[in-house]
Amino acid sequence: MSKQYAYYPGCSAMGSSIEYDISTRALCKSLGVELVDIPDWNCCGSTPAHASDHLLSASLVARNLAIAESMDVEGIITPCPSCLKNLKTTSLRMQRKDFHEKVESIVERPVRADLPIRSVLQTVVEHCSPQSIAEHVSKPLKSLKVVPYYGCIMNRPPDVMTFDDPENPTSLDRLMGALGAEVLPFPHKVDCCGASLGLVRRELVTRLSGRILDAAASLGADAIVTACPMCQLNLDLRQNQINRANGTQHSMPIFYYTQLAGLALGQSESCLRMDKLCVSPAKALQQVGAPAQEERAR
Amino acid sequence: MPTSSTTDRFDSNFLKEVQEGSEQNLTRCYQCGNCTAGCPLSFAYDIPVNRIMRMLQAGEKHAVLSSKAIWLCASCETCTTRCPNEIDVARIMDVLRHMARREGLVAEPPVRHMWDAFLNSVEKYGRVFEAGMMANFVRRTGRFWTDADLAPVALGKGKLGLRPHGIKHPDEVQRIFARFREQL
Repeated sequence: MSKQYAYYPGCSAMGSSIEYDISTRALCKSLGVELVDIPDWNCCGSTPAHASDHLLSASLVARNLAIAESMDVEGIITPCPSCLKNLKTTSLRMQRKDFHEKVESIVERPVRADLPIRSVLQTVVEHCSPQSIAEHVSKPLKSLKVVPYYGCIMNRPPDVMTFDDPENPTSLDRLMGALGAEVLPFPHKVDCCGASLGLVRRELVTRLSGRILDAAASLGADAIVTACPMCQLNLDLRQNQINRANGTQHSMPIFYYTQLAGLALGQSESCLRMDKLCVSPAKALQQVGAPAQEERAR
Repeated sequence: MPTSSTTDRFDSNFLKEVQEGSEQNLTRCYQCGNCTAGCPLSFAYDIPVNRIMRMLQAGEKHAVLSSKAIWLCASCETCTTRCPNEIDVARIMDVLRHMARREGLVAEPPVRHMWDAFLNSVEKYGRVFEAGMMANFVRRTGRFWTDADLAPVALGKGKLGLRPHGIKHPDEVQRIFARFREQL
């Protein structure tokens, strides 16, 4: 039986979270999770689609489901929580016959909507237990204090996402712990960063994301580790805006968990595209004992 | 906090429409306030989410659909996760936005413009073209300085492509949009 997964990168993988995509592919390869891109995948419509119309949202998702169903794969996996929620919600709603028919008539192709859909995080954690990942660690993240930040929707709503705990998820905690990092208990791990409201109401994002940075800093964290492209963008690219708005001076690196995992498994900083992070991770990386490639990569 | 309009206080069909659109039983809400207590955007709302739920039960269509709150909801799913009566509150907020559009009652036009600019980009290229979406948003709203400080950083990091990442068959996505509009 095939052990391949249909990989849905999501639009951010083509731009704002390119390092997440690259490090995700590298991590999956090293753990034996085989990814095959869904050919000619289209955008799932994200929040703009489901906030505008549920039929439109489901139809945009369904085209991808239909293509994935024509592949010989175990299921669909995606790194992005927003894509994941749209894929899973659509698949569930299409169990209703009348909605299924409406969606098929718009997509103009048959859609079974029966493939299992998981996040890369879930697949990694379930495919390889943190213990067996620990055995592969060649460069432990020792002396690196991290707070895991899942964002709102990696585990929510629980009936749809069916993974980990919706209020206190621990998969990232366990994974980072297995990689040798010191994982601090983080009370804001599922709080909202403000999502895409930064574009229209920046003060909402500087307040919500600012609170996450403040809490991480007050706990003495060296870095925040995240699994969501939107959270990463708000905390990293907008960190100067947040500092200006709140009168703070944070300089907190915001890693994707796939980057830190790759590092612990012996991948190079340049392969993991650490140079794409806006807040310099140089200090945190030096703590791990990695060669300072920051300046060269710039 | 705004009061409901006197000309349109009660709409007997409103509750039914929202229940059907969201597949939720709104009469189960008994005002425990968990949704509001957990909502990260409550501080920015004109009407807290538990009050929206109560106003839905009372058929206050105009007041609900013209609220800012429904546009500031970030779809974080905290309300849905914590509702003791298993009401998918976030899905109701979605349905209210759909209805507000149809009724021409959008209280936060920039949010709608952002979403429309995003969807225009998806319709045109099959995937989001961030720089094009931003230009479209700025054209719609006249907000020329939106995140102007971030552009050089994002460009420098190669995170804001100046060319769209189109797909091979954008026509298939365009057909989805066209067929969807025919159904409206």
